[in-house]
Amino acid sequence: MSARAKSRINDFVIRLGNVNGTGSASANGLLMKTIFRMGIPVIGKNFFPSNIQGLPTWYEIRVTKDRNLARSGEIDIMVAMNAETYQQDLKSLSPGGVLIYDSTWPRNSVLTREDVTILGVPLAQMCNKHFSNARTRILMKNMAYLGTLAALLDLDRQVIKGLVEETFSSKQALIQANLEAIDLGASYAEDHFKCPLATRLKLADKTAGHIMIDGNTAAALGCVYAGATVGAWYPITPSTSLMDGFKSFSERFRVDSETGERNYCVVQAEDELAAIGIVLGASWNGARAFTPTSGPGISLMSEFIGFAYFAELPAVLFDVQRVGPSTGMPTRTQQGDILAAAYASHGDTRHVLLFPANPKECFELAVKAFDLADRLQTPVIVMLDLDLGMNDWMSETLEWNEDYRPDRGKVLGVKELEEVESFHRYLDLDGDGIPYRTYPGVSAKGAYFVRGSGHNKYGGYTEDEDEYKEVVDRLKIKWDTAARLVPEPAIKTHRLAKLGIVSVGSCDYAVLEAIDRLARKGIHLNYLRVKAFPFGDKVTEFLNRHERVFVVEQNRDAQLRGLLSLETDYQKGRMESVLNYSGLPIDCRCIIEAIESHVAKGEAA
Amino acid sequence: MTFIAKPKIVHEGMARNALGLTIRDYEGRMSTLCAGCGHDSVTSAIVQSFFELDVPPHRVAKLSGIGCSSKTPAYFLSASHGFNAVHGRMPSIATGANAANSEISLVGVSGDGDSLSIGLGQFAHAVRRNLNMLYIIENNGVYGLTKGQFSASADVGTKAKKGEVNEQQPIDPVQMAMALGGTFVARSFSGDKEQLIPLIKAGIRHNGFALIDVLSPCVTFNDHEDSTKSYAYTRQFFHPAMHADFVPPAEEIKAAYNEGEVMPIELHDGSRILLRKISKDYSLHNRGAAIDYIRSHHRKGEIVTGLLYIDGSEPDMHGINRTTKAPLNDVPFDKLCPGGEALETLQQRFR
Repeated sequence: MSARAKSRINDFVIRLGNVNGTGSASANGLLMKTIFRMGIPVIGKNFFPSNIQGLPTWYEIRVTKDRNLARSGEIDIMVAMNAETYQQDLKSLSPGGVLIYDSTWPRNSVLTREDVTILGVPLAQMCNKHFSNARTRILMKNMAYLGTLAALLDLDRQVIKGLVEETFSSKQALIQANLEAIDLGASYAEDHFKCPLATRLKLADKTAGHIMIDGNTAAALGCVYAGATVGAWYPITPSTSLMDGFKSFSERFRVDSETGERNYCVVQAEDELAAIGIVLGASWNGARAFTPTSGPGISLMSEFIGFAYFAELPAVLFDVQRVGPSTGMPTRTQQGDILAAAYASHGDTRHVLLFPANPKECFELAVKAFDLADRLQTPVIVMLDLDLGMNDWMSETLEWNEDYRPDRGKVLGVKELEEVESFHRYLDLDGDGIPYRTYPGVSAKGAYFVRGSGHNKYGGYTEDEDEYKEVVDRLKIKWDTAARLVPEPAIKTHRLAKLGIVSVGSCDYAVLEAIDRLARKGIHLNYLRVKAFPFGDKVTEFLNRHERVFVVEQNRDAQLRGLLSLETDYQKGRMESVLNYSGLPIDCRCIIEAIESHVAKGEAA
Repeated sequence: MTFIAKPKIVHEGMARNALGLTIRDYEGRMSTLCAGCGHDSVTSAIVQSFFELDVPPHRVAKLSGIGCSSKTPAYFLSASHGFNAVHGRMPSIATGANAANSEISLVGVSGDGDSLSIGLGQFAHAVRRNLNMLYIIENNGVYGLTKGQFSASADVGTKAKKGEVNEQQPIDPVQMAMALGGTFVARSFSGDKEQLIPLIKAGIRHNGFALIDVLSPCVTFNDHEDSTKSYAYTRQFFHPAMHADFVPPAEEIKAAYNEGEVMPIELHDGSRILLRKISKDYSLHNRGAAIDYIRSHHRKGEIVTGLLYIDGSEPDMHGINRTTKAPLNDVPFDKLCPGGEALETLQQRFR
């Protein structure tokens, strides 16, 4: 056993290696939540297999007093509960780290490494002795290692107890068992090891005004708050929890307590082609409608997305991106759909994209997406990814502006229709490229044909070249209007900075940490985070102010960089890519490395 | 689709319905289909039905997919909103439309290519969710717009215009709908308005998915000898099993049939369907027996028509969902948005 542990208070990473389907998720969640309630900033990342039971799964918790809310790339404490991955887990531990494993079955031959501390706890043995039921024994092993960690890391035992009581409030019998298991693990650690470790926790007050939430849940809340009434979907990882969230919030807020009637309608469609069709049918009829999906769903929806672009129907889509191409790795993260979403469908089509970077933005941009879709009468795709959608993020508390009213865009009702001489669906009366629309059932005067075939500005069918061009040229004007209406990028500048860095979505915290660390080394960067497509003037201006810009994104083919070079006049060669596409969420190290090596090259030249 | 608007000529003596509208108010643009196309007869049956039912045209939304049949919504109800979806995907648009506005009357027109090949999945699931709409398949056994390829409803042994023989089994939307739990399943013939119009009316008033498979011959590509979807063949082997008459609410039933033969069925809005058994051994309320009957007659080359199955007691999509009575597109925002205080309370659980 090596005792060269680094002293790290409130600043380290715990990784827990488990077998999926053994109930470890609740213990790991409890651990993260306990740290959060101790006032210490924390994030949780789940690396799980596309499987229900029996395969390796890891949960990674970064304790970060300085609020570096991305992965660090280090592993300081490893709880190795899966014998199958012992070797891998031991290897991935950072020097000076601590590995805790179940020593019921000693693995001295496997578990040898000089520069780390290895602590064995006979978890299974203790639980088998203490609990009689087979399933309970397996489940309580998780709570037992939580107890061990409680002793080793100095977790606040009152906070744990409170959380256990909350978690199992409906199953009183479980509270006692869980607390006993925690005590087993803690007592063993206290009796056999020097507790706490040098790497440990200390009560702090840095989480006020924050919550722990995942992006899908926040986006689901956004849909409820935006007044969406129709949700259609086909289940697909990693977007499923978005609709689960919408359903459960709707059950809570949208069911009439007297009649039991629902003010919403969720349709689980037969496939994604139908899901987007249902959204379009609903928005054609004036309901706010949405569909959550992932890359394969976007591929399937593409025909209807192009239809909605051309026939000018609002639609809100959430693309919770996962690893592609094809089925790819469904439970791993990537930002690989940027180009597919931007240009989804055949012919000249371009779509409004929104890129939230944290759960708070998932909530806010979900609401914004409905306003933009209605205002622009076009599909809006909110681009999350698995990391943002499914992992546990420390987010600022969500806030609601009571003055908010939905922007339903240019809709003519009975009264307005009576006042106009005639109604033509695709006339640009205001010069912004956005025509007026009507809902079915309102008035005969407002009747028109929605069609994906060639139509003229009056809404009539056409195959006439000039009439066709007039409509698609007007759609381009609408696109320019969109560029003025979408959220502006987030920009952070430094007075000494010459280099630029551009990124998107869930890369944000890793980029911020990289900028911070590089600044300490005297390398300063101006940072722009794209929040929407079309990009708008601010993005072009930022690019043009820099001789060299690093584009950080999570896909192999530098899709954001590609989109920037297609859609701005900035030279492609001046953008250098920093790419992370392994399927695990980005950490700051690859960014720092790329920029340092660039700077070093410059100095050498 | 058509470029040609139909001149709206109203004679003084023209019949007006309860809304004071003439049949012209239910028509659409000029058809650009081939002269003699069965689809045009279906169009005029739809026009007639909505006129006689006194439905305000703007309270109807008409939908279709892609194909000859899907062009027809342009030819009726010009004061209704219309939607030409992409190929085979009209049922999903209709699902969304109904989800948002449960009060609007939906009529979908599709074809055998649109519903039985590219759109088979969407068709099946619309039946399954008992979507409240009238769904007409104009069935002619061929792809017209792409010049005469067999469709999935073509019978084994039927010959294409250029002599090719179909050897694959046909898909029968009527048997499918019955097997899938369809609540209103009918078959008719574009050349028999007397049978078709009451079926369309009943289908409009049925609270749930009303399928009418209408044999509607393609005069250009499938009306020759050795075709089982020609006018001549259909007329010869047409086998009505159940005749339905439609009686609107509050109208007295004039007993035109002998008692015992007529079975009145009340629809949710108070209107009634009077069913008359034409074939004595047909069993209306037994899906299995109905399918057997259709299959055994099909083996003999016969086409069983009429209202072949009805069950008005099953809940439609909104009934299953327990959606509020008011159309969802009309629920005020303050009933939808829980507000700031609720958000604050809710977030306790994320702390």
